[in-house]
Amino acid sequence: MNFDFSDEQKQMRDEARKFLAEKCPPKAVREVLDGKAPYDKALWQGLAEMGFLGVAIPEAFGGAGAGHLELCVIAEEMGRANAPVPFSSTVYLAAEALLLAGTDAQKQKWLPKIASGEAIGTLALFEGKGNPSPKAIKLQASGGTLTGVKKPVPDGAIADFAVVAARTGSTGRDADISLFLVDLKAGGVEAKSLTNVDPTRGQAELTFKNAKAEPLGAAGDGWSILTQVLDRAAVLLAFEQVGGSDRALEMGRDYALDRIAFGRPIGSFQAVKHILADMYVSATLARSNCYYGAWALSTNASELPEAAAAARISATQAFQHCSKNNIQVHGGMGFTWEFDCHMYYRRANTTALTLGSLSYWEDQLIDRMRKKNAA
Amino acid sequence: MNFDDTPQEAEFRATARKWIEANAPKQYEAELSKSSLGRIRLEKEEIVDVGKAWQKKKAEGGWACLHWPKEYGGRGATPIEKVIWQQEEGVYGKLTQPFQIGEGMCGPTVMAFGSEEHKRHYLPKLASGEHIWCQLFSEPAGGSDVAGLRTRAEKKGDNWIVNGQKIWTSGAHYSDYGLLITRTDPNVPKHKGLTMFFLDMKSKGVEVRPIKQANGMQEFNEVYFTDVVIPDHQRLGAVGDGWNVSLTTLMNERMSIGSRLATGFPEMFEFCSNLMTDDGLAIDDPATRSKLASWAVKASGLKYTSYRAISSLSKGERPGPENSIGKLVSGTMLQDIATYAMDLQGAAGELTGADEQAASGQFQQMLLSSPSMRIAGGTDEILRNIIAERVLGLPGDIRVDKDVPFNKIPTKGR
Repeated sequence: MNFDFSDEQKQMRDEARKFLAEKCPPKAVREVLDGKAPYDKALWQGLAEMGFLGVAIPEAFGGAGAGHLELCVIAEEMGRANAPVPFSSTVYLAAEALLLAGTDAQKQKWLPKIASGEAIGTLALFEGKGNPSPKAIKLQASGGTLTGVKKPVPDGAIADFAVVAARTGSTGRDADISLFLVDLKAGGVEAKSLTNVDPTRGQAELTFKNAKAEPLGAAGDGWSILTQVLDRAAVLLAFEQVGGSDRALEMGRDYALDRIAFGRPIGSFQAVKHILADMYVSATLARSNCYYGAWALSTNASELPEAAAAARISATQAFQHCSKNNIQVHGGMGFTWEFDCHMYYRRANTTALTLGSLSYWEDQLIDRMRKKNAA
Repeated sequence: MNFDDTPQEAEFRATARKWIEANAPKQYEAELSKSSLGRIRLEKEEIVDVGKAWQKKKAEGGWACLHWPKEYGGRGATPIEKVIWQQEEGVYGKLTQPFQIGEGMCGPTVMAFGSEEHKRHYLPKLASGEHIWCQLFSEPAGGSDVAGLRTRAEKKGDNWIVNGQKIWTSGAHYSDYGLLITRTDPNVPKHKGLTMFFLDMKSKGVEVRPIKQANGMQEFNEVYFTDVVIPDHQRLGAVGDGWNVSLTTLMNERMSIGSRLATGFPEMFEFCSNLMTDDGLAIDDPATRSKLASWAVKASGLKYTSYRAISSLSKGERPGPENSIGKLVSGTMLQDIATYAMDLQGAAGELTGADEQAASGQFQQMLLSSPSMRIAGGTDEILRNIIAERVLGLPGDIRVDKDVPFNKIPTKGR
């Protein structure tokens, strides 16, 4: 059994960590947090030059042609660094949708631009409150155009193109939904930035008014493709969450070693130790679930739906747990703008929602386990 | 990243599988396959008798304590081969329960500190199940603080005279030998005055009394020592070095890798899938689903954490500290699952008769037994300290008794 990443993949993780430590220190994250820029453009270009944006994109489409395991290790580092770039929307959602359902021409048009950092992509799925559901999709497709409103759309205000879920039927079945590709710069789409809990990952409202769109995948296959895209993104985002969990744990541990109160390091008090030990437990469980998700993703195993949901739930819980307790270990200083704790707390609680909430994925997991047991 | 054996591992697995297929006591397979949540019982026979027969057969085939050197009763197998054996042994592994303390803790300590003569004499019989060993560490005055133990050993000529009491000794009533830690010098700080021995449990002055536990069962014992004579050659390690010797015993945690701790999750999932409530199947209720999902990812997280440790072994590395989380996670899970399974049954949840719904009271039994899972073998709090100090590198607690002679440490709170 070799249930671990290869030496080459670990080496890639080390490279990514080193690169991000240099190019994406907390100071850089704060530029975006403070609203001085919508995302870190220089970092985005740097990621392209390192080959990280196209790591899982085939060489024929301008990528590095590595694979999803390599993308998992990069994702972990993006989460650890809290990188303020549209990585998850572009790479996990838009690129994966294209890889799954795009024609050669569509892949040729967008994937090389993703890999080179020229194009930012996203998935426009949600229409207001609620979790992923075919019933919630009202945006209409007709005659090669789309009309309707999508929100929240991750990185929607800075995206160049979007994969859009639209209604093409009214039978009440999943087959009513189809996917479309829309060039957001070609007119017919209005983007409005929305304020949110984590400004380092922007959200937007996109209003489509007879916007020109081309089908992505066969008509009526939209929901089935979306389900697969969300599963893949769930694993990848879970690695970001694990990276963030580990960083929050380290920050708490370091502070507990340095901070003296009552004449001793606070890390020598069991009350503090036990908080940190529990953070380690949740981060470890999440990492192990993520490894299983990575295996399922990279081998396209039939276990992927269950593995993805498990990774998503475990990593969401771990990041929320670690980021909130990191603040607790820091005490009052953890509640200042100056300390970085809140940046991870914000990110933990937005990544917890961005592909659908924790309760949605819990529901998915139980459904999928039942299906497997019945089979 | 894969779950495949290396060619050598595959060959070893095939050999093990073939031998088990030809030799396993299949008449017990169905009974052993039933969920037992860590508590193994056979309907008509004693687990110790059936276990001894299986262990003996394994020893004859070269499969008992297989990771031990051949001269001490093993087959010189690698750590990963031991894990593969455990996987193949499957439900029959439950029969080895009476030998696990001997194999996992006493044996390795004798191997590290015993004389060559002792090793050749005692270890093969321990491996083959002919002799069962128990571990005599915990005392009424020293559980988590095991170095606070008070059982005295005093030198008289070539012998030691032992007086005192141990507690929570699993299997003492059927054990042939015991690994015993004693205080030989109360005038020095507590960790410095300890000495380790092994003794014949049939020695004069050894009295074993079963403890009636909070769940009504009797699985542990108190062991009393009254002027018990132990020859000096049965000492393990130097006089006063017992604490270091005991660390060897306690650090032998490798045995836990690959062995699966019960979490209660598979039983709970099945229960909720079948339990009809007034509002439909329990598993269709959103609150229940949410809880099930959280338990599911804990159970799978533990499973894949152990796979990561096995992968390290397979590469010839020492597994990292990840595996230390197993008991901490599963103990609380058992307790929480039992409580919720009973909650789902409403007022009838307290009933335990065999004709009641819900699997003849298995969750009610789990409720009553689960507190011990959070205490035995290291309390939740001690495990958190271990993770914090040894894994995360946090400073040790300030120990007020560290430099105080043992006989000057207060013995009463108020």
